[in-house]
Amino acid sequence: MTAVAENTAADTATERGEMTYSEAIREGLAEAMAADDRVFMLGEDVGVYGGAFGVSGDLVHRFGKDRVRDTPISELGIVGAAVGAALAGMRPIVEIQFSDFTCQAMDQIVNQAAKIHFMLGGAVSVPMVLRTPLGSGTGAAAQHSQSLEAWFAHVPGLKVVMPSTVSEVKGLLLAAIDDPNPVVFLEHKLLYRTKGVVPAGADRVPLGKTVVRREGADLTIVATGVMVNRSLEAAEQLAAEGIEATVVDPVTLTPLDEGPILDAVRRTGRVLLVQEAPGHVGYMGEIAARIAGSSALYSLEAPIKRLCGLDAPMPYAPALESAMVPQLADIVSAARTLATQEA
Amino acid sequence: MQTVVTNVQTREFVITAIAHQPPVQDGRPVAPSSDPTTARTSLATMWKIRRFEEAVDDLFARGLMHGTMHLSIGQEASATGVCLALRERDAITSTHRGHGHCIAQGADLTRMMAELLAKESGYCRGRGGSMHIADVATGNLGANGIVGGGIPIAAGAALAYKMRGEDRVVASFFGDGATNEGAFHEGLNLAAIWDLPVVFVCENNKYGMSFSTEFSMAVPHVAERAAAYGMPGVTVDGNDLDAVHAAAAEAVDRARNGGGPTLIEAETYRWKGHSKSDKNLYRTREEIAEWRERDPILAFETKVTESGLLTAQDVAAARDEATEAIKNAVREANAGVDADPGDLLDAVFAPLDTQDVTR
Repeated sequence: MTAVAENTAADTATERGEMTYSEAIREGLAEAMAADDRVFMLGEDVGVYGGAFGVSGDLVHRFGKDRVRDTPISELGIVGAAVGAALAGMRPIVEIQFSDFTCQAMDQIVNQAAKIHFMLGGAVSVPMVLRTPLGSGTGAAAQHSQSLEAWFAHVPGLKVVMPSTVSEVKGLLLAAIDDPNPVVFLEHKLLYRTKGVVPAGADRVPLGKTVVRREGADLTIVATGVMVNRSLEAAEQLAAEGIEATVVDPVTLTPLDEGPILDAVRRTGRVLLVQEAPGHVGYMGEIAARIAGSSALYSLEAPIKRLCGLDAPMPYAPALESAMVPQLADIVSAARTLATQEA
Repeated sequence: MQTVVTNVQTREFVITAIAHQPPVQDGRPVAPSSDPTTARTSLATMWKIRRFEEAVDDLFARGLMHGTMHLSIGQEASATGVCLALRERDAITSTHRGHGHCIAQGADLTRMMAELLAKESGYCRGRGGSMHIADVATGNLGANGIVGGGIPIAAGAALAYKMRGEDRVVASFFGDGATNEGAFHEGLNLAAIWDLPVVFVCENNKYGMSFSTEFSMAVPHVAERAAAYGMPGVTVDGNDLDAVHAAAAEAVDRARNGGGPTLIEAETYRWKGHSKSDKNLYRTREEIAEWRERDPILAFETKVTESGLLTAQDVAAARDEATEAIKNAVREANAGVDADPGDLLDAVFAPLDTQDVTR
């Protein structure tokens, strides 16, 4: 385990208008705890350390050790304790330091949290949030860099969210905390220091709403997590060449709001699916199947194109790491080829 | 439990009054064998567990029940003794071999049987079956198909009670097999470092499926493992209702008064195989016969009749009451409608307006 600590002091917002992704999450955590006694956090080093990525920051000083609860290195125990606390009427928020470590807790996530509501005939629910950072780009190699969102999305009973913007992450978190179901909240490490404007107040951003980030007539790019930002950047470069892309962000992977994706494909006739995770049996395979299984298929002027991480564990060396996942140039190139492909 | 889960689709949960009020005299727990009322109800509970499982065994053999099930016949005293030590609003987590825990906590026999018979009126509406029957209204936080799955959950529920300042206790049942799982270590450690009000109850029936504890552990007693967590560990004769109850009452009292968790090892034996696929190739007929001689129900009946606490008629009445209750449960459950496949997808997630449950 590595401690990729980030300096939380440097994250302090200078004014209301500008805030980092991690500050937005922290604000959401603070507001949720202030508003509801049932809400508490537990995880490794979330207390005085401030969280491995600095997200919990000073919360322990504001809410105390009981509610910003440091735990031993014990992922299965931590998630299980959250399941039990949720069953007993609390609203736990678990932080797992790296999404890779959820492997240690899979029984409690997959066999317990996801299934208890259904399995017990609806008699109880498990209102908990599991926050965890995912993705590569930090040189942390194979056991600290995975994107396992498709695993969670494949398990009925889990809601899965991949917030890609600073402006929405807090509202999505508040909605996840409100939700009576277990929500896996996947934060990309490279987003933590990105900045944006976060609406003040306790407005929720509902789960299960796909967002069209940019409109363009020539092709649709569907992307998740940090690939949304990369795709938007690619779209700007493409625009300079006269290619206009629509960029669609599912935001919530389960339950998926497929309508805006299918509509965009119908309008543009071409679709590029971008994810950081390895392509084989990945989430974008599901998106491709939804498109192919709908009337949007008849609008296609070119085959559905996927641009994904390579089917290999994440390597360490910077050149190897960046070769593993779609980069800006890869998206631009794939989109250009797709947009100019003969029908 | 007084509160009710409502607003879950069309379902209304009817809460029944729970008889949980552990017998106490002068602040001391009363042994089941020293009080006639407690003796009679405990005996009836043990018989209900046995008759329930004999009935499902029979229904299964006749092809009238599907799936699989794990019977606890021979282990009735541990479930009954522990649950007798709990108060109303205390909770349990249970196991794949959980019918006894569920009954001892006061669940409705008809709804339990209905679940096994795949009826809509079953506790889980036919979605859970034998391994997941739980009456949440009686504080049962779930039977569990995963060995050790309930242990960290018990710690979490106890954490919730402690954080809210409620003097409630969780009893977590599991078998000897679970004590080799990581969940056991992590759950006990969390409960110990946070002084949580949990009573960990290991029903050591000597086998994790076919694998004997003789080979699965390097210490003779599960209770010795408590030392690793700095909590008291005690081994009791799990077929002696009084012994189980005494250990549980002490542990519950300690937990309720801020003394933290305890590990109780109740040594017992399952007469039947692990599940329906078991051919008993790993143990001898002699061993099974020897343990059948140590029948926990017969032992208790002998004790209370020899002491003169109950008459032979009292004992027969408790048994007959149980037999009748199970017959009724089978009849009423059979009259229910079959589980409805229509709304399966609607049942995956709790609706957003699900009201909070104060359990």
